Amino acid sequence: MKSCLVVDDSKIIRKVARRILEELNFDIHEAADGQDALDTCKGAMPDVVLLDWNMPVMNGLDFLKALRKTEGGTEPIVVFCTTENDMSHISAAISAGADEYIMKPFDREIIESKFVQVGLL
Amino acid sequence: MMKSEDFEMISSLLKKRSGLILPKDKVYLLESRLTPIAHKRGLETLDELLEEVRRYSKEDLLTEITEAMTTNESYFFRDNKPFDLFKDIVLPQLLESRAGRKRLRIWCAAASTGQEPYSLAIILKEMEAKLAGWDIEILGTDISQQVLDKAKMGLFSQFEVQRGLPIQLLIKYFNQVGELWQISDEIRNMVSYRKFNLLDSFSLLGSFDVIFCRNVLIYFDQTTKTEVLEKMRKLIPDDGWLFLGAAETVLGITDKFKPVQGQRGLYSTSDASTEVISKLKAG
Ligand SMILES: C[S@@+](CC[C@H](N)C(=O)[O-])C[C@H]1O[C@@H](n2cnc3c(N)ncnc32)[C@H](O)[C@@H]1O
Repeated sequence: MKSCLVVDDSKIIRKVARRILEELNFDIHEAADGQDALDTCKGAMPDVVLLDWNMPVMNGLDFLKALRKTEGGTEPIVVFCTTENDMSHISAAISAGADEYIMKPFDREIIESKFVQVGLL
Repeated sequence: MMKSEDFEMISSLLKKRSGLILPKDKVYLLESRLTPIAHKRGLETLDELLEEVRRYSKEDLLTEITEAMTTNESYFFRDNKPFDLFKDIVLPQLLESRAGRKRLRIWCAAASTGQEPYSLAIILKEMEAKLAGWDIEILGTDISQQVLDKAKMGLFSQFEVQRGLPIQLLIKYFNQVGELWQISDEIRNMVSYRKFNLLDSFSLLGSFDVIFCRNVLIYFDQTTKTEVLEKMRKLIPDDGWLFLGAAETVLGITDKFKPVQGQRGLYSTSDASTEVISKLKAG
C-alpha cells in the first residue's frame, strides 16, 4: 500500500481528501502546515504528498523547497492542491519541483486523473 | 410520466436523425434535457413541446432536440493508451510509409468539445522537429453545432483542463482567460472543425490515414455501427488505422477492421498491421 501525506490547514479538506484517497487504497497521514509536514517527512518519507499552498507557520511552496533539499526528499511525488489557480503560481510550483497541480475545488475524478498522470495509479 | 406513444415518437425521431438508441429506462434524460428547450420557447411543459413536434415538426426544433440528446462528455488524452499508441506505433509507421508525399490526414469523427483533436495536435506539436516539411491535417466533426462552437473557441473550464491534461502541457499550451483556459493559437490552428452527421454519406470527406471514432458507436444499434464502420473502411487506405473507445469493438460488427493484438482500442484494416507492430517493437 502506498502512503500519502495530506497537508492542509483545513480539517475538513483533509477529511475529504482522506476519504477519496483511502478508497484509492492509500495509507493516509495528515499534517496541518508545512513545518508539521516536514517533520513527518523527516521521520518517514511518504510516496506522495498532497499539498495545500496557504497555511500558517510554513506554506506549501516553502515546504516543497525545504523537502527537496532534505535527504531522500526528492523521492516523494508532490501534488499541489490549492485555490491558487493562476499561471504564475502554477509555474512557480512546478519550477520548485512539484510533479502535478490540482486547482480547488477538487473531486474524486480530478484526484484520480492527476494520480494516474504521475503514475501512482 | 411520459406517455408511451410520446416516448416512441421521440425515440424514433432520435434514431432517424442521429442514430441514437434511447433505452426506455432513460426517459428521465428526455425530461431533464428537453424541458429547458420547452421553457426557452415559452412553453410550460414537456408535453406542450412534444405537441409542437407532432404538429409542425419544424426543422430547427428537431435539430435542437437531437443535439440536446447527445452526450458530449470528453477529456484530454482520454484513456491515455490510445494516444500512446498513436504516438508510438501509428505515427512512426505512417511517417515511414508516407515519407514521399509527407502528407497525413486525421479525422476525429465525434470530436465533441475538442479535447480529442487537441490532444492529437499537442502530440504532433511536441514532436515538431521530426515533422518538418509535413502537411498534417486534423479534422474534427460532430453532429452538434453547439459543441463545435465550443471546440473552435478552445475555451475550457478549470474542471475540464484537470481531466487528463498533464500540468506541464497546461502551462505550455494554455492561456488563462478569466475563470477559463484557452488553448493557444498554435494548437488551435492545427485543427479544423465541421458539422457532420455519421449517418450521412462519406463521399465528400476524402481519405484519412487515421480515424478516431471514439465513444459514439456505443449509442447506436448494431446495424448503424456496421454501416458507419464500413463507410469508414472505404476512406482508409490499406495501411491506415482506426481508434475506437474503450467500451467499443468491431467484433461481431464488421470484419473490415481487425483489432490489433494486445493494443486496446486500435484497429487495422488487415492482419498485416500486426507485422508492422512486431517489426516496430523489434527495431
Ligand atoms: C461522448 S462524445 C465523444 C467525444 C470524444 N470522441 C471522446 O471520446 O472523448 C460523443 C459525441 O458524438 C456526437 N454524435 C452523436 N451522434 C452523432 C452522429 N450521428 N454523427 C456525428 N456525431 C455524433 C455527439 O454530439 C457527441 O459530441
